[in-house]
Amino acid sequence: MAISRRKFLNMLTVGSTACLALMTPITSWAAWASDAFNAEKPEDAYKSLFGSNELIESDEVKLKVPKIAENGGAVPVSVKTDMKNVESISIFVKDNPQPLTATFQIPVGTIADISTRIRLAQTSTVTAVIKADGNLYSKSQEVKVTIGGCGG
Amino acid sequence: MNRREFNRLLTAGAIAGILPKTSLAFSSIQPNYELPQKGNARLLHITDCHAQLNPIYFREPNVNIGLHEALGKTPHIVGEAFLKKNALSQNSIEAHAFTYLNFNAGAKEFGKVGGFAHLSTLIKSLRSSAGGNENSLLLDGGDTWQGSATAYWSRGKDMVQAANLLGVDVMTGHWEFTYKDEEVFSNIDDFNGEFLAQNIKLTEDALFEGKRAHDEDSGHVFMPYSIKEINGHRVAIIGQAFPYTPVANPKRFIPDWSFGIQNQELQELVDEIKENEKPSAVILLSHNGMDVDLKLASVVTGIDFILGGHTHDGVPRPVTVKNSSGKTVVTNAGSNGKFVGVLDLNIQNGVVKGYEYRLLPVFSNFIKADAEMAALIESIRKPHLDTLSEELAVSESLLYRRGNFNGTFDQLICDALRHELNAEISLSPGFRWGTTVLPGQAITFEHVMDQTCITYPETYARDMQGKEIKAILEDVADNLFHPDPFYQQGGDMVRVGGMNYTCEPTAATGQRITNMTLDNGKSIEANKYYKVAGWATVGSKAHGKPIWEVVSRYLRDQKTINITTINSPKLKNLGSNLGNIIL
Repeated sequence: MAISRRKFLNMLTVGSTACLALMTPITSWAAWASDAFNAEKPEDAYKSLFGSNELIESDEVKLKVPKIAENGGAVPVSVKTDMKNVESISIFVKDNPQPLTATFQIPVGTIADISTRIRLAQTSTVTAVIKADGNLYSKSQEVKVTIGGCGG
Repeated sequence: MNRREFNRLLTAGAIAGILPKTSLAFSSIQPNYELPQKGNARLLHITDCHAQLNPIYFREPNVNIGLHEALGKTPHIVGEAFLKKNALSQNSIEAHAFTYLNFNAGAKEFGKVGGFAHLSTLIKSLRSSAGGNENSLLLDGGDTWQGSATAYWSRGKDMVQAANLLGVDVMTGHWEFTYKDEEVFSNIDDFNGEFLAQNIKLTEDALFEGKRAHDEDSGHVFMPYSIKEINGHRVAIIGQAFPYTPVANPKRFIPDWSFGIQNQELQELVDEIKENEKPSAVILLSHNGMDVDLKLASVVTGIDFILGGHTHDGVPRPVTVKNSSGKTVVTNAGSNGKFVGVLDLNIQNGVVKGYEYRLLPVFSNFIKADAEMAALIESIRKPHLDTLSEELAVSESLLYRRGNFNGTFDQLICDALRHELNAEISLSPGFRWGTTVLPGQAITFEHVMDQTCITYPETYARDMQGKEIKAILEDVADNLFHPDPFYQQGGDMVRVGGMNYTCEPTAATGQRITNMTLDNGKSIEANKYYKVAGWATVGSKAHGKPIWEVVSRYLRDQKTINITTINSPKLKNLGSNLGNIIL
């Protein structure tokens, strides 16, 4: 690799200022998603965001999130898939006051691979939902938030 | 020779090696440390020595409960059931090494275990019978730099010197990371072997800030694996550090590193190594703990052996785990320098055709101390001898820690906390290290340090509501009894003083702890405040005196210690469990 990861990251910060201008305004979209983000139950959030709560569990949804959080305030999570025609990737935390935590629109031709950090109020199931070909595919995992201490 | 024949030899060899034929008087028994090499590549494995440079006593647990998949299986078998399962006879030297049975009598008869000068002689002999250092490898599973006063005072440096002299080729870690990150790097720079961990990566912020990493592209802080040539055979060693270090121990010392089991990455790494390096064997040097390793072996393919530690289980017979493309053999090699694992591989045409594994108990009285190592240990201890050897009190009881619930030494610590900090209730962490004191022995300052010396020793005393105390107990109980091993942290239950409770290990998370009462029998109420003393806070630093000062002051004051009451919980709905013997 000709360019180190650190240099690449530095370039990204410089680059991101330029990118800002290219980002499409999201206000109109946020208006219709706000119900989903404010929903207090996962089922209501699914319904509001997707118009359906029929999830198909699938190992094609590659969810990576720690089993025990090192810091419940910033839990790294990444979701990717090799499925075709992915439209969106969304992340739900079942026991957060508002379960819908993030949703990413995946434009045609984009690799479906996202990562972010989420906040967990307490131990909870984290669910990634990928909308592809009009279907909703999901993968869930328990993430424990612990007081810590007392290790071997 | 096929694998089955080789395995049969293993069992025969193991029994012929050490086991006495009859239950004669103890003293006729001599352990056999002459082990000719079987096969053509010898791996020696030590783990969790907890910086015990000198021989010590270490009592194995009478409570080590296994549930669900682990019910009644290795390593969750104690006492007589352990002897039966492993075909060991009563009162044998091995029964003393591997179980708590007749501990006092056995300790008197067979003496202390471990010690680096004795380990050194044994390891030299085992390497030479394999044809020397080119035909053998010495692996250390970690928890080497912490557990003794001299390790604490030298920030692990004394153990780096000792490990170098012992000839450790490869290590991984856990308590190593309770020093500050720059101290960890400084120790690793001094270490002659390789320090491996596939599951420690820089956080994205730290990577961005250009913090020290082994590989900036992958984010690995340490080398993930190493290829070693043993007797001409290429063997891949992968390091697996304790996955929950920043949860079980303070994250503040290592803010830039992220851990986790990382089983998907491990699978990718194994596949990559097999493809690119074409090794004859793949070994995981693991600090996961045995239950995690057993599950890992079932979900990750391509690993031949997992040489494990962390949970301090002395496992004489390895467990073979089937997975979707083959088998992985899982071991665990105890703690405190008490055992050396000997894995002889028979490698033919680039493939492991058979193996023989023995877990040798290290009985110091039967092994001559290595002079050079003895001299190093003496020079390390000399400036501190007066402090270490101070006799604080005499114990009338056997004092030990290991077990799922309060040991007698824990009870002593809990009693000291309550007495010295004037608290109704005390809490003490469920560590698995800490040496044993025999009845009649003086409790020295060194013994207290063996049980308490950590880099976050500060005590506290504060008012807590009954529901907060319950939340702590529930949280730790879930780390111990969660049905999925990947959610367990491998420590024991938090120890309590001044209170009692009922624990239902099989109940759901948050529902295991009931009937909390004070020592006087009064119920602990959810909304009432109680004065609680404790130590070893992982969040922010507490402000009280170090725990060893509190315990030492108590001991000097008491002069004689006799532990009559233990605040161990009542266990509910456990049925008969081979990991639970009530004494």
